[in-house]
Amino acid sequence: MTMTLGTISQDAYLIAAVLFILSLAGLSKQETARRGNILGMVGMALAIVATVVLALRDSVRPVAVTALLIALVFIVGASVGIWRAKSVEMTQMPELIAMLHSFVGIAAVLIGYNSFITEPHADAAHLTEIYIGVLIGAVTFTGSIIAYLKLAAKIGSKPLMIPGRNVINAVVLVAMLAMIGWFVPTRSVWALAVMTVLALLLGLHLVAAIGGGDMPVVISMLNSYSGWAAAAAGFMLNNNLLIITGSLVGSSGAILSYLMCKAMNRKFLAVILGGFGDEKHAQAAKVEGEYHEVTVDDVAQELEAAHSVIIAPGYGMAVAKAQYPVATLVERLRAKGVEVRFAVHPVAGRLPGHMNVLLAEAKVPYDIVLEMDEINPDFPDTDVVLVIGANDTVNPSAAEDPNSPIAGMPVLEVWKAKTVVVLKRSMATGYAGVQNPLFYRDNTQMLFGDAKASVDKVLEAMH
Amino acid sequence: MIIGIPKETLEGERLVAATPKTVVQLKKLGYDVAVESGAGHAASFSDEVYVAAGAYIVNADRAWGADVVATVDPPTDRQIDALKPGALLVSRLAPHSHTELIGTLAHHQVTALALDAVPRISRAQSLDVLSTMSNVAGYRAVIEAAEEFGGMFTGQVTAAGKTPPARVFVIGGGVAGLSAIGAAASLGAEVRAFDVRPEAAEQIESLGATFVRAPQAQQQRSSTGYASALSDEQQQATLALYTQEASQADIVITTALVRGVAVPTITKEAVAAMKPGSVIVDVAATGGGNCALTVPGRSIVTDNDVTIIGYTDLAGRMPQHTSQLFGTNVVNLMKLITPKGDGVPTLDLDDPVQRGMTVSRGGDILWPPPAVAVSAAPVASASNTASAAVKAPDPAVKAREEAERKAAATRRNGVLTVVAGTVLAVALAFTNHAFLLTFSIFVLAIVVGYYVVSNVSHSLHTPLMSQTNAISGIILVGSLLQIGSDNTLVTVLAVLSAAIASINVFGGFLVTYRMLGMFRKDA
Repeated sequence: MTMTLGTISQDAYLIAAVLFILSLAGLSKQETARRGNILGMVGMALAIVATVVLALRDSVRPVAVTALLIALVFIVGASVGIWRAKSVEMTQMPELIAMLHSFVGIAAVLIGYNSFITEPHADAAHLTEIYIGVLIGAVTFTGSIIAYLKLAAKIGSKPLMIPGRNVINAVVLVAMLAMIGWFVPTRSVWALAVMTVLALLLGLHLVAAIGGGDMPVVISMLNSYSGWAAAAAGFMLNNNLLIITGSLVGSSGAILSYLMCKAMNRKFLAVILGGFGDEKHAQAAKVEGEYHEVTVDDVAQELEAAHSVIIAPGYGMAVAKAQYPVATLVERLRAKGVEVRFAVHPVAGRLPGHMNVLLAEAKVPYDIVLEMDEINPDFPDTDVVLVIGANDTVNPSAAEDPNSPIAGMPVLEVWKAKTVVVLKRSMATGYAGVQNPLFYRDNTQMLFGDAKASVDKVLEAMH
Repeated sequence: MIIGIPKETLEGERLVAATPKTVVQLKKLGYDVAVESGAGHAASFSDEVYVAAGAYIVNADRAWGADVVATVDPPTDRQIDALKPGALLVSRLAPHSHTELIGTLAHHQVTALALDAVPRISRAQSLDVLSTMSNVAGYRAVIEAAEEFGGMFTGQVTAAGKTPPARVFVIGGGVAGLSAIGAAASLGAEVRAFDVRPEAAEQIESLGATFVRAPQAQQQRSSTGYASALSDEQQQATLALYTQEASQADIVITTALVRGVAVPTITKEAVAAMKPGSVIVDVAATGGGNCALTVPGRSIVTDNDVTIIGYTDLAGRMPQHTSQLFGTNVVNLMKLITPKGDGVPTLDLDDPVQRGMTVSRGGDILWPPPAVAVSAAPVASASNTASAAVKAPDPAVKAREEAERKAAATRRNGVLTVVAGTVLAVALAFTNHAFLLTFSIFVLAIVVGYYVVSNVSHSLHTPLMSQTNAISGIILVGSLLQIGSDNTLVTVLAVLSAAIASINVFGGFLVTYRMLGMFRKDA
């Protein structure tokens, strides 16, 4: 056996695959996350160098031209990628991630077509791989674009409700799968093209039918799809590195989707079928009563007099960009000896873990940012809970009203604290369209207004 | 208007009704604060710090002659004479037992608010001095016990051998009891506690104590009318339990006060059965004492060397913090009756909290207040309970149905998995060897991915997503290999997809790096 470029590059791929696994493993803890990130970079660099060498060796056209084109690729990728990574605001992370998903999708489609063109004598298995790869890639592509547009508020986040939409989806899916029967024997480019169009439409429609609050699930799902698209490309190209990496990413996204669904007590299928927030809630107990409005001065005094404070942030905090004044508030309170912690619900925000990133950006130490299960037992011993822009994730009817549409969803049990201060724009309902009896409780005080402005005023009122 | 803070005159009283911090808060409500010279001395607040907080220092007559007078202890007759007619007095008045005092106050046209008669509703908790004092007293009881006890609270393992943790038994799971449990547990003692109300168990256990279970000693709802007979049995059962627990404890803290009156818990015989050197702290000494041998106000040592502490001023033994908490109760009351924050108290007798505390006004005796009507509950709670009652038939039936449903789902999933697995295995058997190899890598990678990602902490999910974004940019490898093709279309498509995928690589890794750099631990 001799060492060839081919075996060397296979070695490099193997090392890269191991590094990717270690990279994701490193991300499990704060302490090792940085190292995980670096290991991923090293693995990627190794894989790319090995591939470039192979690409140059196997180049049919002049090597210089190929080298130039590859250089072009990296110049474009590096400049756009670095620019976006540096300029993106943390509140826009969901959009960025949706956008990056769509890139993987479109790349998979293009690779699929290329593979189809370059291998005119492909066997049935290979053609099926191409077909499935393009299908997943196309659905990921348009689905992510729609998710991006919704998250960036370029289109409304309301679910699009076409009558019989589930039937349409099913018919399209069956049609696409049936068309393998046309594509594989005939190798017709038309079959591939028609399927691609259908898949693009399917991705578009699937995500358009899902509302804004379900976005954490959708993003995780698209993350998973982008992984499967990469794995499918690996099957097409017979490239083990792509298969391994794609599977890692695919199962990662799948787990995240599952966790998000569990956090909302919803079935994955129900989320994917979309249209939440439109069911009839007549059964649920009506919430009526008086709410107590409170002034900024009172809130400031309550906070200063408190022994322990928990802040429950939600999407509203991200929208108002209130994380900076909130961080200042926390710093001031902690300086006064008040114990301040954050309670983050798994689906708070539009992206899994979004709140944690926003708080980290505002320099809130991560060890005072706790998960729901960690902090729920502590609410009864808490003097003041500040609910900032959260609604459904702190709704007591999830735990207490068996007829509520969100019944059974695990929630932050803020109402068990001595005092709850809710920062909110108005008395409108949250994403789920469910009334929140928390606002009418005796120990709840409402502070109306923009979250950022309110927190700023509370800061002013403190001394 | 002016709030007067007189120096307390009761012997041994170290508390004061306002601290420099609460003076600031009172001033915010629009009041001027006149503090009698030396009022805060025993609580380590000098006249100077009061002045610095914005109060001015006056003599006793001017403090008592203010528009509003706040004190810790009820006033003497001479002090009531010094109050001006129409003045507002805020103090502990014990209206349950001191009716003649209320008569005197009404006679002097004084409006009096009893800080120790706050209705027990959640909204009023912030002004309830009883709960403030009990809380401090419970804590202090542990500290007093620690001083008398000849051992350490926490167990030690040293080179010179080991000592066991102190065993503390707390009677009563009210505010004082819970506070004592918390303090003793945090000092490392092994704490056991009992309360006749079974619902107190949860709170007791939440503070780290063991709830002593004794069903025969616990109150039960009687449906047959045996109440008195049972109560006798219960009484005996509880006393037996206390004796049993006390004999094994190093420290007994007893806090059983029912409306200001102590109920017997530790009998003479129980004391006799205790270990020499053990300590009893009778927090209920103010109400006569739970222990048969307690001498209120004093600490005594019995013949069998058991120390019984019957101090009645436990809260006052920590004057600095107790005064601060007491003063905050006063501030919260003033906040309630000064809704406009203009320094003019306006009493709203339609508010059950204010009505409940007001014992006299404008010459009229307003004690006892009408029973607090259950405040107009929101419609929601009524329909909630109704619907819950209709909807929740029998928990046992429900649980069984749930279990059956789950079992059925598990069976169904199991069958589906086996069927799918078989179909897949058969399908794979028809493919070629190379594909099978690739497919095994695929399956193994999914399993590895599952285990690796399952461990990722929730707070890192966003970085995880952007990192996986970057890694899935590996699809670039496929495109790069196609760039060298002789087909121009293929090259163009390959360059396009490679460029897009490389945005993922650079952007994803970098943004993850940036995010992770933001996470910092509390220094």
